[in-house]
Amino acid sequence: MNAKRIPSGGRTDLRDLLAEAIAGLLARPVRTALTALGTVIGITTLVVTLGVAATAGNQIVGRFDELTATAVTVEAPDNGEELIRWDAPEELARLRGVVSAAAIAQTGESSSLAVRSNTLVDPTRVADQTLAVIAATPGLPEAAHGRVLKGRFFDAGHIARRDRVVVLGEDAARMLGVSRLENQPAVFIRDRAYTVIGILGDLKRERVLSTAVIVPPTIGDDFGLKHVTRVLINTSLGAADLIAGQAPLALSPGHAEELQVTVPPSPKRARDAVEQDVNALFLVLGLVSLVVGAVGIANVTLVTVMERVAEIGLRRALGAARRHIAVQFLLESTLVGLAGGVIGASLGIVTIVAISAARQWTPLLDIRLAIAAPIAGALVGLLAGLYPSLRAARLEPVEALR
Amino acid sequence: MPEIRPDPGSRAASVAPEPPDVIRLRDVCRVFPAEPPVHALSHVSLRVRRGDYLAVVGPSGSGKSTLLNTLGLLDRPTSGSYELEGIETTTLRDGERTRLRGHRIGFVFQSFHLLPRRTVLENVMIAMIYGGGPRAERRARAEAALAKVGMSHRAGFPPERLSGGERQRVAIARAIVREPSLLLCDEPTGNLDSRNTDLILDLFDDLRGQGHTIVVITHEDQVSERADRRVRIIDGVLTEE
Repeated sequence: MNAKRIPSGGRTDLRDLLAEAIAGLLARPVRTALTALGTVIGITTLVVTLGVAATAGNQIVGRFDELTATAVTVEAPDNGEELIRWDAPEELARLRGVVSAAAIAQTGESSSLAVRSNTLVDPTRVADQTLAVIAATPGLPEAAHGRVLKGRFFDAGHIARRDRVVVLGEDAARMLGVSRLENQPAVFIRDRAYTVIGILGDLKRERVLSTAVIVPPTIGDDFGLKHVTRVLINTSLGAADLIAGQAPLALSPGHAEELQVTVPPSPKRARDAVEQDVNALFLVLGLVSLVVGAVGIANVTLVTVMERVAEIGLRRALGAARRHIAVQFLLESTLVGLAGGVIGASLGIVTIVAISAARQWTPLLDIRLAIAAPIAGALVGLLAGLYPSLRAARLEPVEALR
Repeated sequence: MPEIRPDPGSRAASVAPEPPDVIRLRDVCRVFPAEPPVHALSHVSLRVRRGDYLAVVGPSGSGKSTLLNTLGLLDRPTSGSYELEGIETTTLRDGERTRLRGHRIGFVFQSFHLLPRRTVLENVMIAMIYGGGPRAERRARAEAALAKVGMSHRAGFPPERLSGGERQRVAIARAIVREPSLLLCDEPTGNLDSRNTDLILDLFDDLRGQGHTIVVITHEDQVSERADRRVRIIDGVLTEE
């Protein structure tokens, strides 16, 4: 009679398998450390990547190009209507947050006119230059972040007297051969003479002006420049968005919706762009390192299993089921990955702080990263150990013990 | 009807009377697939009673390893019946055999198979991890087993610092810590000098005196002479002496 008296005994405690796994790792400390190395490198790289990118991106707000962040441009369509009055920029300057403003008029026709100067008599040189003629209000040098290199810019007086004066952009002056203003050089446009009273250069905004002939609005009619087509506004830092919203109404109360406003890219958008560039490269590096680390763990775990065949056989003889053997080795590889993740996260955080200190940034540390990194390491170890553990479980005690 | 054996350490508390036979092999054959097939065991029948001290003698290649593996539930016969304490093992699933093995059989190997870099005490305690009873009792039971084999004074040592004879005694302590029904020994003195061999054989006498059932596989006369009973195996065929 087969009375089934298979002992149920106690269940095999996971804590015991964990203790066996830890003992197995500690039995070969150098090997364990080297096995974890790949994961450490991978996790450190990933943590540093994500952390430095976030930190650097955050600094962009501070280092952001102030010029671009404060430049607002308003364009009016060239339809023959006066949408913006020539004195509008003065009104605009009264808005809080506006640092400087100037109005410009430029048409397709005025953008390429034949200009000749009287300074140079050189048969080898082309007599006429084709340059743009642009009408502007006296506030242009400040609004375009430029500098009067020679002479002066026209002012309210020139406008009131309707003087036939021009200011040349520095490249235009060079092309026309105008370099000295003491002898009152003149330029000829459409058979009319105009006195050059100044040269404008070092333009950080509206660089097109450096190849232009700039005229007061009062003589703009000579070139078909009647109405304002563009207004340059410089705001104080942080006010650009606000001014961009208010400017159309201030410039043209009745036709605000016909105006087109160009706003500088917001700092946040720039930050995201920087983050993406840095991320992509280093993420790839980090992931590659992680894969290398996983392969390392898998390899070493497999070798370890093969070396411990006798131990596996012994445990099976002592009553270990296949799953106990598999779990034990899986725990070993997972623990190695976890240790690699913890060390990698720590090293990564230290590196972020060090880099930030060296560049005087404020480190941005995401706590989720510090938690996710060890988990990622453990996951790497778990996956890497799957095949070796299954190999270990499949061993027959008979083969293992002889 | 399933028997309840809650406390593996106390034989007297069993509900049903123990069967007299620990091992009952009936017409066991083990054929290994090869060209031509290898008949490692040929119609082997064997009865081992409680308290027996049996030596299985034979040259290498005789099938004694296969017999050991079969008795130890490490291998399944191709045909025939193997009852361990009345339980028919040939029809058991892998997991049940494993549990039975851990619970009822203690192994002693020629090369000891102690885990290096673990202490003697830990080596004995490892035997109880796989379903061997409450964790709290483990240490005490291991210490008791070490005392029985006279190795208490080395409880904190790693095996590397022990002599061959001492290691085997630790291995024996591991084999008896769960108070198995059967001690299965594979050339237990094969790696020992004659002095240590005597000491181990003395230990076996003690254990037998305490009621253990011992089966020793050996090719040495010095060992087989100390047993109460001898069987010989040649080319897979078992004969009683």
